[in-house]
Amino acid sequence: MTVTPLGIPRRLLEFTLDGQETRVPEGSTILDACRAAGKDIPTLCEGDTLRPKNACRVCVVEVEGSRTLVPACSRKAEPGMEVRTDTERARHSRKIVLELLASSVDLSTTPRGAEWLKEYEAKPDRFGPDAARLNEEPKVDNELYVRDYDKCILCYKCVDACGDQWQNTFAISVAGRGFDARIAVEHDAPLTDSACVYCGNCIEVCPTGALSFKSEFDMRAAGTWDESKQTETTTVCAYCGVGCNLTLHVQDNEIVKVTSPHDNPVTHGNLCIKGRFGYQHVQNRG
Amino acid sequence: MDLHFGDSKPTDEERAAVDALLGPPESSWEGADRSDTDLRWARGGRAARDRRDLLLPGLHAINDRVGWISDGALDYLCRRLTVPPAEAYGVATFYAMFSVKPRPATVLHVCTDLACAAAGAPELCAGIEERLGLGSGVSVERSPCLGLCERAPAALAVKAGDPVRTAVSAPATVEEAVLAASAPDSAPEEPPAALAVPQAGQDGLMLLHRVGVVDPASLDDYRAHGGYTALRRAFELGPAGVIREVTDSGLVGRGGAAFPTGRKWQATASQPDRPHYLVCNADESEPGTFKDRVLMEGDPYALIEAMTIAGYATGAHRGYLYLRGEYPRSLHRLEHAIAQARARGLLGDDVLGQGYAFDIEIRRGAGAYICGEETALFNSIEGYRGEPRSKPPFPVEKGLFGKPTVENNVETLVNVLPILTMGAPAYAAIGTQRSTGPKLFCVSGTVERPGVYELPFGATLGELLALAGVRDGLRAVLLGGAAGGFVRADELDIPLTFEGTREAGTTLGSGVVMAFDDTVPLPRLLLRIAEFFRDESCGQCVPCRVGTVRQEEALHRIVERTGAAAAGDIALLREVGRAMRDASICGLGQTAWNAVESAIDRLGAYE
Repeated sequence: MTVTPLGIPRRLLEFTLDGQETRVPEGSTILDACRAAGKDIPTLCEGDTLRPKNACRVCVVEVEGSRTLVPACSRKAEPGMEVRTDTERARHSRKIVLELLASSVDLSTTPRGAEWLKEYEAKPDRFGPDAARLNEEPKVDNELYVRDYDKCILCYKCVDACGDQWQNTFAISVAGRGFDARIAVEHDAPLTDSACVYCGNCIEVCPTGALSFKSEFDMRAAGTWDESKQTETTTVCAYCGVGCNLTLHVQDNEIVKVTSPHDNPVTHGNLCIKGRFGYQHVQNRG
Repeated sequence: MDLHFGDSKPTDEERAAVDALLGPPESSWEGADRSDTDLRWARGGRAARDRRDLLLPGLHAINDRVGWISDGALDYLCRRLTVPPAEAYGVATFYAMFSVKPRPATVLHVCTDLACAAAGAPELCAGIEERLGLGSGVSVERSPCLGLCERAPAALAVKAGDPVRTAVSAPATVEEAVLAASAPDSAPEEPPAALAVPQAGQDGLMLLHRVGVVDPASLDDYRAHGGYTALRRAFELGPAGVIREVTDSGLVGRGGAAFPTGRKWQATASQPDRPHYLVCNADESEPGTFKDRVLMEGDPYALIEAMTIAGYATGAHRGYLYLRGEYPRSLHRLEHAIAQARARGLLGDDVLGQGYAFDIEIRRGAGAYICGEETALFNSIEGYRGEPRSKPPFPVEKGLFGKPTVENNVETLVNVLPILTMGAPAYAAIGTQRSTGPKLFCVSGTVERPGVYELPFGATLGELLALAGVRDGLRAVLLGGAAGGFVRADELDIPLTFEGTREAGTTLGSGVVMAFDDTVPLPRLLLRIAEFFRDESCGQCVPCRVGTVRQEEALHRIVERTGAAAAGDIALLREVGRAMRDASICGLGQTAWNAVESAIDRLGAYE
């Protein structure tokens, strides 16, 4: 959860959530309200440090009077609204969207992916063996990142994180259109020829593992990646005086990747190339 | 932002194309040679970034001059506008008429959409490709609807250069299309717009009465035929008065959504945030639709006058006319008309000496059906990918450049002229109680006299088809285009009103009426519709991006199958279609299943 700076107290508004009168602070989204009420709505493109993109459409709910379903992640709760999260109609759409996704990309490294597919009884196989999917080899063109478009659901989080919402580097964007749309750098060049500054903030926000650390990718390929054996230690980055928090993921006494807590009020999970990737000196045991 | 440009350089020609649009660069920050002042002075930044909306015109400039957009050209344009190259690449690859890979200077777009496919587009394509052979210097590209359905099959040749040359061939033969591509300058001129209006010159027309009667290049002729009386009346009424008339007339949007125009204008006019913008949606890309093209080609000043009135009523001082890139003749006619109107004080700082400032800028689309969706159109004008935004906020509150914006399509705007000249009560008396006024219909397919027809709301489908000369053996009629639905040949008594079509479980949409006789293979037609949506999906949301692909796959599987053999896939189509309709961000995904569903349910397509 992002730590919200204490501002002017917000007024509460009342609306109905699955038949229950609910009070949430003004400006809350339906998803905020659902979470506060302990309801579990699946989401993929929603990010705790980014503006809702509502592209994945997994979190759709039914709002009284609305012709279509609405995305819970971005629709603000309004006074008097009647929202139903678990209707047959909403569940049907979620199930189909999960099926469409799982039939076109590899969700094996998506946290909770398998769980949701099971919960909604999604059967991606029913589109047949010839259902179009990407079938692209992972792009490994540098020592820090791997881009595996086979796992990309085009949620735009990396684009937003690289662009005006966090990093302001604008090294990546969506290119092409429709099913052929891909996340790409300029001219579809290798990452090394692009504007990328290797901050890794796109990896931080990627919900499916389409963007990953080379270290993690290599270990997964070698079969040695084992999250159950990893410890996470949060510390302060020693490179400069900003005070970014680093979470070191350590397996077998080796740092295997570095993330950053999203509730850090200074950086909200963002790091630079040094904090994110400059850890080899720690384990240079000569 | 810290922009990174590669070391690719533009050619002289590419540089000249960009500079012709933006003027010469002034400092090394935007691609000029380094001067002494550059050592102390950084230009660009925010000032240049505010010109982001020139990205699409810039891409057009390069594509028009060279035929494709190289890395060096794109980088140079980005430098000039302070746009990150990755974003510009994302924009350039979004539009069908641009290429970021080398291709010949001449591109021949051959329409393979519904009306043209039924009129032999596949054979035409094959013939053209055979005649041209390899290394002909012409790239033949299969195109979605070119909006020339009344003269199907159609082809559009675009030859890059300075200036770019275009030629339309319709109805196209192999010889004529090849001639248009190889020598666009000497291709025969297109027939006048009036030929697309079988009723041209008849009494009682309100929207089409000048088409074929006035000289579309003459402002004087337009005024001699009643032009600019509506604007004078608007100035007499004042903005609130104009909105009252439009509201009382019962006019609703003609683009398909049928939203009350007066309410939209009122909502925009009352927004405190400034400036307000007016956008005319002339991105008519619905397969089977060509009425806006005929209006713009045959009576361009009418649109300019109507936009001026709309701007005046809603408090806008700038109107953007977003014109689809496939309409070269409309572009020329409107460019000329706007220049003339400006020269004569009908646009500019002081319209008609009334102290109201208004001007119109044309923005060309570049081949993307989705840009007809109003918020996608805003993104396109602003220099972003033409992806729809989620609503709310609605455009009347936050539209173009985040400001209150009223957007209407061409036909809707042109209706404002008779409303003001005849008065709201007289206008509202036309048609039915809930669908007032006249309506344009684009009739094509297997009829004797395809074209744009104007009828008061309430005429039946059969009456319209009788006017157009429906042939024997009618099997089905597609109402409302690819996003609409099919009706059977025994349902011709459906009244052509919003409420009448709704009660009949179908839609009027944008006014497409496409007739198909029993020689047209229905499954192939449905496949073409599915292909269209797959191609035109912007890709932003999952139900549409993947759903349109799965829909097309299922239709491929059952193209030769019926009954029990098709049942499984039809059930699958229904499930996916329902989710696309329910969960897609915009109208494209929400309607992508309409026509196929109606063909299954009403026509028994796979029984």
